[in-house]
Amino acid sequence: MSVIEIENLSFTYEKDIVLENISLDVYDKDFLAIIGPNGGGKSTLLKLILNMYHSKRGTIRVFGKAPAKNLSLIGYVPQNTNVNTEFPIKVIEVVLMGHVGSKNPLFGYGKDEISCAMGALAQVGMEDFSQSKIGSLSGGQRQRVMIARALCAHPKILILDEPTSSIDIQGQKEIYELLKLLNQSITIVVVSHDISIILEYANKAAHINKRLSYHDISDKENRFHTHKQGEHFCEVELLQMLGSENCSTCDTSISSVSKSVDGKRKDLK
Amino acid sequence: MIEALSFEFIQHALIAGVLVSFTAGIIGSLIVVNRMVFLAGGIAHASYGGIGLAVFFGFPIFFGASLFAVVAALFVAYITLHKRHRIDTFIGLIWAVGMAIGVIFIDLTPGYNVDMMSYLFGSILAASTEDLYFMTALLSIILFVITFWYRDILAVSYDSEYAALRGVNVKFFYTLILILTALTVVVSIKVVGLILVIAMLTIPIYIAEKLSSSLFSMMFLSGFIAMFFTISGLWFSYTYNLTSGASIILVSAFSLGVFLLLYKNR
Repeated sequence: MSVIEIENLSFTYEKDIVLENISLDVYDKDFLAIIGPNGGGKSTLLKLILNMYHSKRGTIRVFGKAPAKNLSLIGYVPQNTNVNTEFPIKVIEVVLMGHVGSKNPLFGYGKDEISCAMGALAQVGMEDFSQSKIGSLSGGQRQRVMIARALCAHPKILILDEPTSSIDIQGQKEIYELLKLLNQSITIVVVSHDISIILEYANKAAHINKRLSYHDISDKENRFHTHKQGEHFCEVELLQMLGSENCSTCDTSISSVSKSVDGKRKDLK
Repeated sequence: MIEALSFEFIQHALIAGVLVSFTAGIIGSLIVVNRMVFLAGGIAHASYGGIGLAVFFGFPIFFGASLFAVVAALFVAYITLHKRHRIDTFIGLIWAVGMAIGVIFIDLTPGYNVDMMSYLFGSILAASTEDLYFMTALLSIILFVITFWYRDILAVSYDSEYAALRGVNVKFFYTLILILTALTVVVSIKVVGLILVIAMLTIPIYIAEKLSSSLFSMMFLSGFIAMFFTISGLWFSYTYNLTSGASIILVSAFSLGVFLLLYKNR
């Protein structure tokens, strides 16, 4: 079952073509990684799905309806959660923001809302920090709180924009482990630069640079050269493969890419 | 000092000081967390145009100043929402044009010789009963707004993009915050004057921000700190016969210095 359907979508921003004729289906329980160069249109695509931008050409369907109608089914974790850290706000209040827009009590927060928010914090392992000031947390902890905020509304799809861009390596791994766990019950779409990490966890990958090329990488273990202990994929290889636009059958391009990469390795030696 | 309390103008000044302190504390917190301090400065100076207009046509100063300040706030809201990258230019524009309009209207007013300095540097000791009504009404409106829309205002201030996604009308609340800012600026002019209003809207808030873990506590702590500064500034001004607005600001600035020293050496 596809949860997000995008058909022939194009988007221009002040006369610049940002996205050109994009088609993409995201299926239930997918872990989709969206990669590509800066300015390639990754964040723009997310914002189109989230109804923050509107396009005149092409269609986006979320659970079969226009994005605006099903926004509550999408949880969103924005980029740059490290801005505004001086803001006097408690962790629990940030998470409760996930509820804004639904029915609220006249003032303050309802008991059910608070227990729901605490539940979301427990899901990301941050329940002990509910009364802390957001600025006192580390980057990784803050990112977990933002994920909890997105989970607060019980979404069916979780969309994250560069969730680990300002987090140390250990923190990044923890975030992805958490996403893997959440992926058991919800669909996950992640925009990221951390190619090697994301491909360890994702089962689908979309490379966007104005146009989109899509790859099913769920059986990646069998396909790619891996380094020791099968943990780390060769990034050069992956980038070249995923970036090639006419890759309809990945296998053929991989063999040629890996040959050229092997050649380069020899050159380096 | 005790016998001074029996004077009606001192009583009025104290009541006005308390009312404006809480108004400035609450709205100042919103101004600071939304990074609107410079916007508030522009609105404050633009309101001088309204003071000139009121003097020329002979209607109440508060009314003229509020009118100009609110129009300036709407203009600022429009610019911020539509041409954000040019905001500093437009703030500079309303800042200067508002002042110029005020000066010209006062020039044109025949035989007018009231000290305009009182609007530049405050005249809390001249607070009238009508002033107090206006201040009470504004504080009530602000308390109402932040009680019923606290979470929306919090969401818009902390993360407007996310708030929009959750269905909060960001433009409405942003404009509302600016309109309340405009009215707060107008009442603060009575206490410290439009030149010093920015200090009133930032110094107590800056201290409170360091001590608060929520926007709500920051608002009320700012109110209490501003009240302390206003009353001690008034005492200072009364005792040494100095300008009240400037005394309040210098007491605030001195306290801020002491606070930062203590805070750093905790």
